[in-house]
Amino acid sequence: MARFKNKEKKETPELNMGSMSDIIFMFLFFFMVITTMREATLKVHFTPPSATEVQKLEKKSLVANIYVGAPISKNENTLPPGEVSVQLNDQTIKAEDLVADVRDFIGTEKESRDAQDRDRLTFSLKVDKDVQMRYVNTIKQELRKNNALKINYAAGKKSN
Amino acid sequence: MAKRKTPGLNTGSMSDISFLLLTFFLLTSSINTEQGIPRKLPPPKADDAKEQQVDINRRNVLNVLVNFRDEISVNGEVMMVSELKDKAKEFFANPTNDPSLPEKVNKPIDGIGDFPVSKGVVSLTNDQGTSYNMYVQVQNELQRAVNELRDETALQYFGKKFSALDSAAQRAVTSAIPMSISEAPPMDYSKSGSN
Repeated sequence: MARFKNKEKKETPELNMGSMSDIIFMFLFFFMVITTMREATLKVHFTPPSATEVQKLEKKSLVANIYVGAPISKNENTLPPGEVSVQLNDQTIKAEDLVADVRDFIGTEKESRDAQDRDRLTFSLKVDKDVQMRYVNTIKQELRKNNALKINYAAGKKSN
Repeated sequence: MAKRKTPGLNTGSMSDISFLLLTFFLLTSSINTEQGIPRKLPPPKADDAKEQQVDINRRNVLNVLVNFRDEISVNGEVMMVSELKDKAKEFFANPTNDPSLPEKVNKPIDGIGDFPVSKGVVSLTNDQGTSYNMYVQVQNELQRAVNELRDETALQYFGKKFSALDSAAQRAVTSAIPMSISEAPPMDYSKSGSN
């Protein structure tokens, strides 16, 4: 009888939870490494079109983004007739500066890379799916003129 | 007086809470990967030189037109986007050696041997008023046609899908099934009126 009572009183050994925080931190760091911060705040609405044959770009550091879409705020510069903005770096550009700004953008992006990486620099066109081709064509022409030939049409993955 | 044991805090539920947080972030955050359809622009033309008129046999060209209403015509035939892939595939492969489809030239390719390489070129013309979405869909369908042909060739010669091949074999298959899209200067319906 006494033996049984004794057993009931025994406490269950507590699990050592000290290392649990390490595991959780490991997860946290993992997520911090694989998720990326958006380097520029978006000034345009951008919903990518979806496609089935998308490919991942090889290296993130070799990508320069050009955003095209409807402006989020009314104060942004737009291209005529005033429904579409082009954003380079952190600001939308004026219609009359388009040629010069795109050229400067390509120049600075190329200069900030090593010489051997310059040819691998990809310009990712992040264009909203409702934008008309005339704006995209203008930008493509400028890219072509400035010898920035590697481009990418950003698109989301569509499962078929 | 007996030494009193300090009661240990029960941290067992802490892991539950943190896992809950973790799964919450896991589900809500999207891993923002850069993906899309890669393309190469043609090199810039010299100012004085006019756009070169390369003489290409008519049978070797697939004319894809996309108008401002996002309608597609392929060699004069109105089509849906869903039909475009099979048309392009048939155009590039020309399995029956149809005289109205592109001719093929036997080329020696490392790792494959002699392979009839199609001389077909897709000529893509869009209107200034075409929506970007439609443009990407058309590019996507053309890419899909080529990718499927590459997969078939890779299976036939290497027994694996294209994506599973090593880079040398991938290069061989790529040169066997080249992707040639030529983009014509865009039309502008709103200005010309007659088109």
